[in-house]
Amino acid sequence: MSGTLTLNKITAQKGISVGEAAKKIADLGWNPSYVQEAMTFPTDYKITKAPKDPMKQVLRSYFPMQEEKDNRVYGALDAALRGDMFRNVEPRWVEWMKLFLAIIPFPEISAARSMAMVGRLAPGEELRTGFTMQMVDEFRHSTIQMNLKKWYMENYIDPAGFDITEEAFGKCYATTIGRQFGEGFITGDAITSANIYLTVVAETAFTNTLFVAMPSEAARNGDYALPTVFLSVQSDESRHVGNGHSMLMSILKEPENHLLLERDLRYAFWQNHAIVDAAIGTFIEYGTTNRDKDKESYAEMWHRWIFEDYYRTYMLPLEKYGIKIHHDDVQTAWKRITEKHYVHKIAQFFSVGWPVNFWRIEAQTEKDFEWFEHKYPGWYAQFGEYWKWYGKLSRPGQKIVTFNEDVGYVYPHRCWSSLVPCVVREDLVTGEIDGQLHTFAHEIDRWTAVEAFANEYEGRPTPAMGRFSGRREWESVYHNWDLADAIKDLGFVRTDGKTLVPQPHLRFDNKDMWTLDDVRGHTLKSPLITLREMSPEAREAHLAEYRAGFTINPCN
Amino acid sequence: MTLEAAARKSGAAGSAIFADSDSRKYRYFEPKGKRATHYEDVTVDVQPDPERYLLQNWIISFADGKGAYSKENTAALSSNWHAFRAPDQEWERTHYQRQSKIEAMVQSVIANGRKAGAPAAFDKAWVKILQNHLGAWKHAEFGLGTALMQAQRYGYTQMINNATLTNSSYKLRLAQDITLYLAEIGMDIAGFDDAAGKRHWLEDGTWQGTREAVEAIMGSTDYLEQYFATNIVFEPLVGELFRSGFLMQVASSNGDFITPPVISAAEADYERNLANAIDLFHVLATDAVHAEHNRTLFRSWVERHVALARKAAADLQPIWSQPHSKPAQFADAKAASTERVTKILGELGLDLPQE
Repeated sequence: MSGTLTLNKITAQKGISVGEAAKKIADLGWNPSYVQEAMTFPTDYKITKAPKDPMKQVLRSYFPMQEEKDNRVYGALDAALRGDMFRNVEPRWVEWMKLFLAIIPFPEISAARSMAMVGRLAPGEELRTGFTMQMVDEFRHSTIQMNLKKWYMENYIDPAGFDITEEAFGKCYATTIGRQFGEGFITGDAITSANIYLTVVAETAFTNTLFVAMPSEAARNGDYALPTVFLSVQSDESRHVGNGHSMLMSILKEPENHLLLERDLRYAFWQNHAIVDAAIGTFIEYGTTNRDKDKESYAEMWHRWIFEDYYRTYMLPLEKYGIKIHHDDVQTAWKRITEKHYVHKIAQFFSVGWPVNFWRIEAQTEKDFEWFEHKYPGWYAQFGEYWKWYGKLSRPGQKIVTFNEDVGYVYPHRCWSSLVPCVVREDLVTGEIDGQLHTFAHEIDRWTAVEAFANEYEGRPTPAMGRFSGRREWESVYHNWDLADAIKDLGFVRTDGKTLVPQPHLRFDNKDMWTLDDVRGHTLKSPLITLREMSPEAREAHLAEYRAGFTINPCN
Repeated sequence: MTLEAAARKSGAAGSAIFADSDSRKYRYFEPKGKRATHYEDVTVDVQPDPERYLLQNWIISFADGKGAYSKENTAALSSNWHAFRAPDQEWERTHYQRQSKIEAMVQSVIANGRKAGAPAAFDKAWVKILQNHLGAWKHAEFGLGTALMQAQRYGYTQMINNATLTNSSYKLRLAQDITLYLAEIGMDIAGFDDAAGKRHWLEDGTWQGTREAVEAIMGSTDYLEQYFATNIVFEPLVGELFRSGFLMQVASSNGDFITPPVISAAEADYERNLANAIDLFHVLATDAVHAEHNRTLFRSWVERHVALARKAAADLQPIWSQPHSKPAQFADAKAASTERVTKILGELGLDLPQE
C-alpha cells in the first residue's frame, strides 16, 4: 500500500473553492423593485463603489470555528476553577475588572447593532456577509463577557460591585466614559460612528491595548480567565479590521468624502486615545501587583501598538489617497502619555473619587513607587506623596481623601467631549455651544464638540452628524448633594443598608469597611455649574489657577 | 504566617466573611421565574434605558435630538418593554453550538449523498425544481435575514434585539446553506445552471408575489412590524408552505433524500423564532395599558402582510404540479398553513382575515 494513500484521499470529492463559495453568497442580494429598502441611518458620506470582502468566509465554516473557540474558552474557565485560580489571584486586579467588565459588554453589543447601520450604505452584497459575521461576533463578545463577569462574581472573594454591574454601568461617574465610547458606535452619522470611530480606529488600533496588552497583565496577576476570554475575542477582530478597511477604501474613492474623513479620523483617534488610554492604562499600570522592570509599561506598549503598528502602517499610508493626517495629534497623545503623565493623573482621579465607585482601589506602595519611577522618571515627585495620603486615609473614621484639604488635591473639571476629566491641567480650554460655557481637556476636544459635532463642517452642511447631549457632566447630577445621599441614590451600598460597595483598601473585614456614616457631611459640587456661576473675572482667575495645577502636601 | 493571615490572602469566594461576601447573584433585575436563568444574567440590562439606570440619559444624540434607542422606533406601545424574555434563552454559547451542529449535519448529509451518487439519480424534473425554485427561495431567506439584521438595531431592550439578531443569523445561515448545497450538487448534475435561481427570483412570475412580500418586510421602517411580518405572517403562510408543504414532502418520491434534511433545520429554527415572537407580541397584546392599541396595530400588520403572503402563496401554486411524482397537493399544504396561521394569530387574540 502506498505510504501517501490516506482515508481523506480515498473519500475526497470535488468541492467548491472558498473564493467561489464567497462569490455565490455575495450574489444572494438584489436591488428591490417593489419596495425600497429603508435607509434609516443617515450619512453625509457618498459611497458608490461596492466594497470587497477581504476575508471571504462563509457561515458554514464560521459557526464551527467559533464553537471550537468557545469550547476552549469554557474548558479553560473550568480548568481555572479546578486549579483554584482564585486562591492565588490578586484582588487588586480583580477589583478593577468590576469597572472594566461593567463597561465593555455595552460597546460590544453596540458594535453588533451598528452593523445594521453600515450594512445597507454601500452598494453590492459582498461585504454584507462580513458585516453579518461581525454582528454575530459582537453578540458573542457581549454575552461571553457578561458570563465572565458572572463567573468572577460567583468565585471571587468580594462579589459586591459585580452584583450590581449593569445598574452601576448606567450610573457611575467613571463608566460615563465607557458610555461615551459605546454610544459613539451607534449614534450620529452612520459612517462616522459605525465605520470610522468603531472599526477603523477603535477596533483596528485600540483593541490591541484592550484585548492583547490587558490580558498579559491579567496573567501576571494570577488571572487566567481574562486572557482566555479576551484573546478569543481578539481573534475575531482581524475580520472586523478587514471590514472597516474595505469600507474605508470605498469611501476614499469619492474626493468629496475626504474632508469628512479627515474630520472623523481626527475625532476618532483623539477620543479613543482619551477614553481607552485613560481606562486601560489605569487597569494595566495600577491594577497590577507585578513590578517586573523588564516588562513593558503601558507607554511602551502604546508606542508599539498605536504608534508603530497603527499610526505608521495604517494611518500614514492614507496620505497617498490625499487624506490629511493629523500627525501632531498622534505626537500630542504620545506626549500626554509620557511627559504629561496622563494615565497616572487619571488613576489618581479614579482613586480620589473612590466613594462614588463600585469597586475597591487600594493604595500604591513603596514597591509600586520604585517601578513607576523606573518606567516614568519624575513620577514619584508628582504622585508619591498622594498615594501615601491615600493609604493613610484608607481607614474608616479618617476624613475622606475626596474632601480632605490636607491632601492638596483639586477635583478636576470634566471634559465635555470625551467625558474624561481635564487632568492635564495646563491644557484646559473652554468654549461655548449654543451660548453655554463648557470645559474641555484639550483644544482637540473643544474642536470635537464645537466644530465636528455640528450641522456644518468647514462650510459644508453635515445634517447627519450627531450631537453631544444628555446630562454629560456627571457631577452636575449630584450638585449640592450630601455625599452619603448621593451614594445611596447611586445604589452603591451593600445589602446591609450601610456598608459601602466601594472601599479604599483590600481589607476584607467588616471592621475595616467604610459605611454611609463615614462619608456623610460632605457636599458634592459640579465644577461646571460652579464655573458658570462665577463672575467673568472670578472665572478667569479660577481657570488660571486651575491651569497652574496643584501641589500635594507632604504626608507624614 | 498564621492560618488566618494565609486565609485572608486568598482571593477565593468564602475565604472571608463580611458584608455581601455572599452576594453572588446579579441583583438589579427581576428574574422572570424564581431564579435568573443564565440567559437572563448575560442579557438583561446590557442595553441601558434612561428610565431604569441611565442616570445621565443618552449622551450622544442623532441630529433630530433622539438618543441611541427610542421607543418611537415602533408604533407599538408597552408599559414595560423589559418584561420580554426570549423563550429560546439564546446567548452566544447556545447559539454557536446550535448553528455549528446544523452546519455539521447539513454538510454531512450533502457529502454522504454525493458520495452515494445521489444527485445524479434525482428525477430530471425535480432537478429543474431545485435549480429554479429552491434557487429562487434562497433569496427570500436572505431578504428576511437582512431585514432582521436591520431590525436588531432598533429594539428598546437587549432581549428584543438579541432575539431579532439570532433570528437574522438563522435566516442568513439557511440562505447560505441552500446556496452552497445547490452549488455542490450542481457539480454532480450535468447542465445544472447555478445562476437560474436568481433569474427566477427576479423575473419569473411564480416568484414575484414572494419577492414583493419579502421586499415589503425589508422596506418597513418599524422594526417590530418586520419581526411580526416575518414570524407571525410570512413564515406560516409562505415559508412553511414551501419548505414543509412542498420540498420536505415531495423530494424523496423524486429520488432526493438530501434536500429534506437541509431544509429541516429551517423548520426547527422557525419553531424557536416563532416561540420568541409569540411571547413578545403576547406581552404587547395583553399589555395592562396598551393592549387595545397594540391589537389594533397588529391587525393592520396582519391585513397588510397576510394579503401579500396570500398572493405570494397563490403565485407559487404551479410549482406543486411540476414534479413527476406528486405526493403532496397545494390545496392540502395551503389548508395546513391556514390552520397554522390561524392558531398563531389566535395566541395573540387576532383573527385571520377572510380571503
